[in-house]
Amino acid sequence: MSKQINVALIGNPNTGKTSVFNALTGLNQKVGNYPGITVEKKEGICKLPRGVKAHIIDLPGTYSLNASSLDENVVIELLLNKNDKDFPDIAVVVSDVENLKRNLLLFTQIKDLEIPTLLVINMSDRMLYKGISLDIAYLEEHLQTKIALISTRKNEGIDHLKNLISNFKDMSVVPCLSASEIDQDYFDSLRKAFPNQLLYKLWLVITQDVNFGKTDRNQIEAVANFKTKSKGDLKRLQQKETIKRYQFINNVLKKGQTIDVSQAKDLRSKLDRILTHKVWGYAIFFVVLLTIFQAIYDWSSVPMDFIDTVFASLSEWAKNMLPGGAFTNLLAEGIIPGLGGIVIFIPQIAFLFLFIAVLEESGYMSRVVFLMDRVMRRFGLSGKSVVPLISGTACAIPAIMATRNIESWKERLITILVTPFTTCSARLPVYLIIISLVIPEGRFLGLGYQALTLMLLYLIGFGTAVVSAYILNKILKIKSKTFFVVEMPNYKLPMFKNVALTVIEKTKSFIFGAGKIILAISIVLWFLASYGPGDKFDNAEAIVKSEYRTQHLSKEELQQKIASHKLEHSFIGITGRAIEPAIRPLGYDWKIGIALISSFAAREVFVGTLATIYSVGSDEEETIKNRMAGEVNHILGGPLFTFASGISLLLFYAFAMQCMSTLAIVKRETNSWKWPVLQLVIMTVFAYIVALIAFQFLK
Amino acid sequence: MQDTLAHLKRGEKGIITDVSSIHIPLKLLEMGCLPGNSVQLVQLAPFQDPMYLNINGTHLAIRKETASHVLIEKIADE
Repeated sequence: MSKQINVALIGNPNTGKTSVFNALTGLNQKVGNYPGITVEKKEGICKLPRGVKAHIIDLPGTYSLNASSLDENVVIELLLNKNDKDFPDIAVVVSDVENLKRNLLLFTQIKDLEIPTLLVINMSDRMLYKGISLDIAYLEEHLQTKIALISTRKNEGIDHLKNLISNFKDMSVVPCLSASEIDQDYFDSLRKAFPNQLLYKLWLVITQDVNFGKTDRNQIEAVANFKTKSKGDLKRLQQKETIKRYQFINNVLKKGQTIDVSQAKDLRSKLDRILTHKVWGYAIFFVVLLTIFQAIYDWSSVPMDFIDTVFASLSEWAKNMLPGGAFTNLLAEGIIPGLGGIVIFIPQIAFLFLFIAVLEESGYMSRVVFLMDRVMRRFGLSGKSVVPLISGTACAIPAIMATRNIESWKERLITILVTPFTTCSARLPVYLIIISLVIPEGRFLGLGYQALTLMLLYLIGFGTAVVSAYILNKILKIKSKTFFVVEMPNYKLPMFKNVALTVIEKTKSFIFGAGKIILAISIVLWFLASYGPGDKFDNAEAIVKSEYRTQHLSKEELQQKIASHKLEHSFIGITGRAIEPAIRPLGYDWKIGIALISSFAAREVFVGTLATIYSVGSDEEETIKNRMAGEVNHILGGPLFTFASGISLLLFYAFAMQCMSTLAIVKRETNSWKWPVLQLVIMTVFAYIVALIAFQFLK
Repeated sequence: MQDTLAHLKRGEKGIITDVSSIHIPLKLLEMGCLPGNSVQLVQLAPFQDPMYLNINGTHLAIRKETASHVLIEKIADE
């Protein structure tokens, strides 16, 4: 084996654990998934003194080793499995100086597992401000550990921390408090039945509620000479354990920590008085949302226009400069426009994740959860559903994963089912291009009509989500215990490094994740549009020439006619034609039909598809938008993109379930095909009906 | 009748006396909601629910339903 050591970062949420991870690994990190589940796995490499390398895993935040969610389960599963390749040589428990008491609960539990455990006390810069002083030597002695007092904000103490990690072999593995004290008889019998096992590990396996380690537990219960306890008794023992641990921690902190309350300045209560206020709280939340939409629509339009232009001229350049042939055509008409369709997303996605990261980092998100819980509960949701619904404006996939911390299964299921209605960033380019085609420019109270339309679409998405939640809440007959415990963390100024890394990471994973699909589909589409079966395609030139023999067309006009004849009889044209009768009542033609079909894989493909279709057969440099504006409805006459067909298309995209990745995640999170299939059918049928009504009513 | 967390009014304080009810999630205890600890109601959301509490320095929000199972003794503000 190499000299690499495994380090696991563990800690309560809101302790700055991720900041510690970022400080240790910098850009040497990657985010993946744990096999079989969608919990994010963040790992990175850190160089330690004396040429040692550390492989660092940032485990999901947890308050204790008693898991109540899948995220927390990951932590226990790793710590209990000595054979896991990531099993830590050293556990680093990250705590924050202001909540040391609560953070130490988890610390004493991990110590009980006899893993070398290092204590990091983060946010030391707040000590003076809060009048806290610590006796590190005393704490180290009584907690049987080494302590690194650090400040990630000021970048202090990181080297000391690295040094301590590299000396992991000297760490004590003696527990500072043994859980066996809560019921000697019970633990004695456990020890007798399993002489080779770690006691606390057995205890954790027995008491976990989550669907984990079932076989382990059955093995334990199968041993005859061991008396089991009822669920209620076990829960009472868990309570006893918690109380016992806190007693121990209180005793240690009585001498190891002093807090001079008169020194403490209280910014929190002042901010809370406004931000959680009955009226101002909601007003501020609304302003925050409005700012986000303004940013996504108005501010990001500058870089987006720029990207649009660059790719159009790039495509033009490739066509003129490279030797003619199939490869050049593929590059200029398939790959470059396809890539453009991905890159153009970057400004908006970056903005969105920027806002979400800032809201999470600052502690404001918890206040929103608090403010919204009662309102959301009326619709069968939880205050915690607000976070998925807001994240859903970025992408439904992380949003559905974010429902994991909702403790009630019914509230969680409803949140999962309705989240895809919120306007995700993949709908955005579709909305943007159609809005700019059919909604006039102009301003109302300083806000553009177009921005207002976009806002309205977001509200429709959110409103539909909430109304369907209400209906689901009435229909679903699921009984589940609901409880709701949300920490209200201190307000913090978001750290630039954390926010920047989140934005980079999320944007990157979107570009590479979704981008691959978009690019692949663009290439397939180009092929389908450039080739076709039979005479009508192969002899396009001759057919068109003879058809227009009597008219005197210019050379360009003739070329245009030939190109559109070819497209119509290409593979893709034939497919589009076939479904046209079904979508004609919605105001769409076969070209939009093609875009609809391809966007069932992923919505964002829509614009790329149109870009590919419209640039096929044209030499002129025109941006997609201008080209779409010039499209003619070949049945009704007049422009294809009118107010009526535009609105119909917007509504179709607002409601239809057009994302295979989301369906896959829903399947995984609900562990059944029933829910994703219901989602697909109901949402799409609903979308069709609404779009139909809208077009017939407006035309 | 015994007072519970749900009886607190904004700004009022109390001492937690009993948390043995089966309806109290373990997570709440782990966050520091234990007998002997002091508790203050910081803020109520509209419709008086959920409740924003300060339990021995830990700030958290819980629903009124859960709060009604935590027994307390009110203490007068100095």
